[in-house]
Amino acid sequence: MGFISVFDVIGPNMVGPSSSHTAGAASIALLARKMIGGNIKKVVFTLYGSFAKTYRGHGTDRALLGGILGFDTDNLNIKDSFELAKEAGIEYEFKTNEKETEVHPNTVDIELWNDEDLSLTVRGESRGGGKVMITRINEVEVEFTGEYSALITIHKDKPGVVANITKCLSDCNVNIAFMRLFREDKGATAYSIVESDEKIPKKVLDEIKENQYVQNVMLVQI
Amino acid sequence: MDFKDGVSLLALCEQNQMKISDVMREREISMTDASLEEINERMAKALSIMQDAVHKPLSEPLSSIGGLIGGEASKLRQMRRGGKSICGTILSKSITHAMAVLEVNASMGLIVAAPTAGSAGVVPGLLLALQEEYSLSDEHLIDGLFTAGAVGYLIMRNATVAGAQAGCQAEVGAASAMAAAAAVEIMGGTPAQCLNAASTAIMNLLGLVCDPIAGLVESPCQSRNAMGVSNALCCAEIALSGIEQAIPFDEMVETMYKVGRSIPFELRETALGGCAATATGCQKTCQIFHS
Repeated sequence: MGFISVFDVIGPNMVGPSSSHTAGAASIALLARKMIGGNIKKVVFTLYGSFAKTYRGHGTDRALLGGILGFDTDNLNIKDSFELAKEAGIEYEFKTNEKETEVHPNTVDIELWNDEDLSLTVRGESRGGGKVMITRINEVEVEFTGEYSALITIHKDKPGVVANITKCLSDCNVNIAFMRLFREDKGATAYSIVESDEKIPKKVLDEIKENQYVQNVMLVQI
Repeated sequence: MDFKDGVSLLALCEQNQMKISDVMREREISMTDASLEEINERMAKALSIMQDAVHKPLSEPLSSIGGLIGGEASKLRQMRRGGKSICGTILSKSITHAMAVLEVNASMGLIVAAPTAGSAGVVPGLLLALQEEYSLSDEHLIDGLFTAGAVGYLIMRNATVAGAQAGCQAEVGAASAMAAAAAVEIMGGTPAQCLNAASTAIMNLLGLVCDPIAGLVESPCQSRNAMGVSNALCCAEIALSGIEQAIPFDEMVETMYKVGRSIPFELRETALGGCAATATGCQKTCQIFHS
């Protein structure tokens, strides 16, 4: 188990009514928004398990859309996120999937499209008390919490790519707290996720992108 | 500075002649990069959200998403002000505050999960009633919140605070233990008395199921917060009088977790059993989701 802060117990400060169904949902969507960057044009949410059954009564839908609008768990605008999303020109849709039961009870898939023609699918799980875990990016199973700054590199599964990522970080004096590697198949697309206690400077992204096998780099700052 | 259970927490208090709240502050500072000022400020912010949540439903009526609750805090205050309270000022205020926070929570207002949103009324309910009754400073209450945080952290670490895992005993039960310990410290009790109160609070609520009508954090959650705050007040009173608890805190946490895992699935936040499965509970569920 990770570190439990006093503010995990007396907190989060949040818009009600449920730490798992409201605060957790907003946090997952906010992480997804930070990952894709740019201006979001369209978002499709697919809800599973308890999320699918009770999302209306818990404001899970408003909280998810609120996260996409950049709202933190304690932002009272969450209540009005349907109207605010319309004003911001974001097209949104909610779907439920109650057939798939082999998932965590509070799971959501978020498909995003931004104005730079990028699309991204993120799966998040709300694990209780407002704590969340991102468990899938596009088709690859991953794990990160957003409690640390995260650098997510999408690249070909080739020798030297990871060494290059750590070198770029080291050159910029970034200390790695955790690093994990996930991949679709041998030689196919891989995801390297580096988590750090501190902010990761943007120039690290540009340097990592120079590697020929790197497809994209995403940065989620704390 | 870190501790993993009640025994090691009391040892740290003893060795350093510190209160639980100070040990919890030291732990936070040593385990994160935050300064004392930063964590005190952050806790002061939590306290101010709690104060707002307690007062908000008294001045403006709130309607919950599911429509099962709303207006309770105002009714309770009216009864007390009319001189008709049957449980005396401090208990009446504790209940009023606890139910107010759940009103705010159910209407998508701002609250502090303590330890969860569904149990968010208990800790502020008791602390703010004590503040009004005994003219305590905010600093006193912030100490109390760190003490409550220490107890909640131990329950989170060694058991769970999720209703889906261990029922309402893990949510309102944990909140009640946190509030009881905080009240004991604020009112001048020893660290051992704080954990005695927490242990009794868990003991009294052992086995409590999580059975929200329509799966919403409204009923019975709101009145269970009133019950949790009453229990906390009782347990603090018992501990402060010097009565010892038969079962140590760590063992109560462990057994709460064991009992929680033996609670049937239907009674762990699935809305398939208990109050949710009564004829009226089912009827209300239909009204809410199919109207």
